[in-house]
Amino acid sequence: MNLPALLRHETVLALLVIIALATLAGLSDRFFTAENLLNQGRLMAEVGLVALGMTFVIVTGGIDLSVGSILGLTAILFGVFWQNVGMPLPVAMVAALASGTLAGVGNGLIITRFKVPPLIATLATLALYRGLAEGISQARSVRGYPEWFFFFGQGEILDVPVQLWVLAIATAICAVILGLTPFGRATYATGANEVAARFSGIRVDATKLWIYAGTGFLAALAAIIFVSRVTTTRSDMGTGLELDVITGVVLGGTSIFGGRGTIIGTALGLILIQALKNGLALSGVKGDGTIVVIGIVLIIAILVSAIVDRSRGG
Amino acid sequence: MSTAVAAVSPGRSPFGRFVSSYGQEIVVLGCIAALFIGVGAVNPRFLSNTNINSIFAGNAYIAVAAIGMSMIIIAGHIDVSVGSLIGVIATIAGTLAVGGYPIWIAWLVPVLFAMAVNAGVGALVAYTRIPSIVVTLGMLSILKGGLISATAGAWITDMPADFMIAQKRVFGIPSAVYFMVVLTILAALFMRYSDFGRAIYAVGGNSEAARAAGLNPERTVVGVFVLHGFFAGIAGLLFATQLQVIQSTVPPNLELTVITASVIGGVSILGGTGTVIGSTLAAILFAAIGSSLIFLNVSAYWLRAVLGLMILATVLADMARRRRTL
Repeated sequence: MNLPALLRHETVLALLVIIALATLAGLSDRFFTAENLLNQGRLMAEVGLVALGMTFVIVTGGIDLSVGSILGLTAILFGVFWQNVGMPLPVAMVAALASGTLAGVGNGLIITRFKVPPLIATLATLALYRGLAEGISQARSVRGYPEWFFFFGQGEILDVPVQLWVLAIATAICAVILGLTPFGRATYATGANEVAARFSGIRVDATKLWIYAGTGFLAALAAIIFVSRVTTTRSDMGTGLELDVITGVVLGGTSIFGGRGTIIGTALGLILIQALKNGLALSGVKGDGTIVVIGIVLIIAILVSAIVDRSRGG
Repeated sequence: MSTAVAAVSPGRSPFGRFVSSYGQEIVVLGCIAALFIGVGAVNPRFLSNTNINSIFAGNAYIAVAAIGMSMIIIAGHIDVSVGSLIGVIATIAGTLAVGGYPIWIAWLVPVLFAMAVNAGVGALVAYTRIPSIVVTLGMLSILKGGLISATAGAWITDMPADFMIAQKRVFGIPSAVYFMVVLTILAALFMRYSDFGRAIYAVGGNSEAARAAGLNPERTVVGVFVLHGFFAGIAGLLFATQLQVIQSTVPPNLELTVITASVIGGVSILGGTGTVIGSTLAAILFAAIGSSLIFLNVSAYWLRAVLGLMILATVLADMARRRRTL
C-alpha cells in the first residue's frame, strides 16, 4: 500500500470529473440544472450500490459476474413473495434482501469451500440465478404495487431522491469499513497476498464469505429500488449490470489484480461514467452508442492502470 | 496433475488409458444416449427426423464456436464476447450478400474480420497482461453496442439462395452438420499432434514452464485468439444462413452457452487440459436437453437454470478431481 500513489490516482480522477462536468456544462445548458443532476443521481444509485460491494470483491482479487442475475432473481422473488405467497410488502422486502444475501453466500461458499476461481464460480451462478428468475417468473411480470412503495425509487427527502440518500449512507459505511477497520485491512491483505495473509492469521475465507454475502445484499437492495423506480418486476432486470459495475470500480483505481482500491475512487469512477452517459445522451448519442463508449473506457482504464502498475514495479 | 495428453498414466492397459483421458467425453456421450433413449420412450416424436435434424443442424454453430472457446480456455483464458462477435459476423455476411457482392466475399470477409478482431484482443491479453475477462467484457459491449447502433435493429432478408451455406444438403444431411463434424475432427487432430496445438496445452498448463521450455507464451496466446476468431467466423456464417432472416442483434447469452459447452465437455477451467471433442458433444447434449424440455412439457424458461446447475456441477467435480490427483 502506497498512500501518496493512491492519492495521486484519485486526484487525477477528481480532476477528470471536474473537467468532464465543466465540459458538459459548456456543451449543454440543460446539464448543470439541479433537476438534471439529481435525476442522474437517481439513475446512478442501483449501479452505485452494487459497485460498493464489487469494490471489496475486486480488492480481494476476486470478481462477481452474478450481480446482475442476483438483482433479477431478488426482484422476481420480491414480487412472488408479495403477490403469490401473500406476504405483506415490508416482509417481502426483508425476505428479498435475505434471498439476495443468501445468493451471495452461495457464491462465497463455492469460492471458499470448493476453491473454484471466482470468475468461473460467478459465471455459473450468473446463469443459475438468472435461470431461476426466468423459471420462477415464467416471463410474467408483477405489477400493481401500492402507491407508498414507490417512495423508495421515486420519492424525495429534502428535495433529494431517496435512493441518493441510501447510496450516500451506504457509501459512507463502506468507506469506513474498507478504510478504517480491521475487516478492511484483512480485505486488502487477502488481495495483496492471500498466502501471506493466511499465515498472518487473517481469516481469509471468512472475509471473502462476508464480502460476497454483502455484495448479494447490496444487489438485492438495488433490486428493490429498481422495482420501486420502474413500478414493475421482470426477470430480465439487471442484465449486463456487471459490466457497468466493474467498469466503475476499475475506473475508480481498484486494481483488477487485487490488493488496491478505495471506495472514494469507486464513487468518482461512477460519477465520471454517469456524466459521460448523460453528456452523450444530451448531445444526441443513443443508448447503444453509449455502451460502445463504456466498453472502450473500460479497456483504456485497465490498460492505463496496468501500465502504471508495471512502471511502479508492481 | 494429469496432463492434457494421454501420454501420462503409464502402466495401465490401453483401454484404461483411453477411459482416463477421455473420461468426461464418455460421460457426456453416455448422457446424450440416455437422453435420447429416455425422452424417446416417453415421447417418440422426439426421435423424429425433423427433430433430430433440428437438434444437430440447428445447433452446429454453437459446437463450432465451442471448438475455438475450448482452445481459449485450454490456453488459460476466456472470451465472453464471442456471442456478440457471432452476431456482428452474421450481420456483416448478410449485408454483403444482400449488397450484391460475390458470394465468396460475403463468406470470406466476415471470417477475416473475426480473426482480425480477435488478433487485437489476443494482443491486448498477451502483451499487457490485462485479464482476458476484462478485455472481452469491454469487447462485448463495444461489439454489441456497435451492432445495434449500426443496424438500428433492422432485419436482413431476401439473401441469395447460393449464400445460404448452412442449408445446403449433401446426401440429405444439412452442411452445417458436416462443418461441425469435420472441424471438430480437424481441430482435435491439430490440438493433439501439431506443435502449436501442444504449445496451447503447455502455455495453459504453466505459462512460465512453457517459456522455460523455449515456447513463446505471448505469441501462442495471440495465435489461439486468432484461431478462435476463425471458428467464431465460421459459426457466425452458419448462424447467419440457417434461417431466412438475420435479426441483426446479438443472440442472448450465446457466449454463456458456448463457454458452458466447453466446460461441460471436459475443458478444465484452470487451463491446460481438455479436448475439443468433448465440447462438441456437450453442445449436442445441450441442444438435446433444450429440445427434450419441450417434448416433456417442461417450460423452456427453466433451461438456463438447468444450464447453470450443469456448469456448477461440472466445475465442482473438476475441482474435486484435481484435489484428488494433486
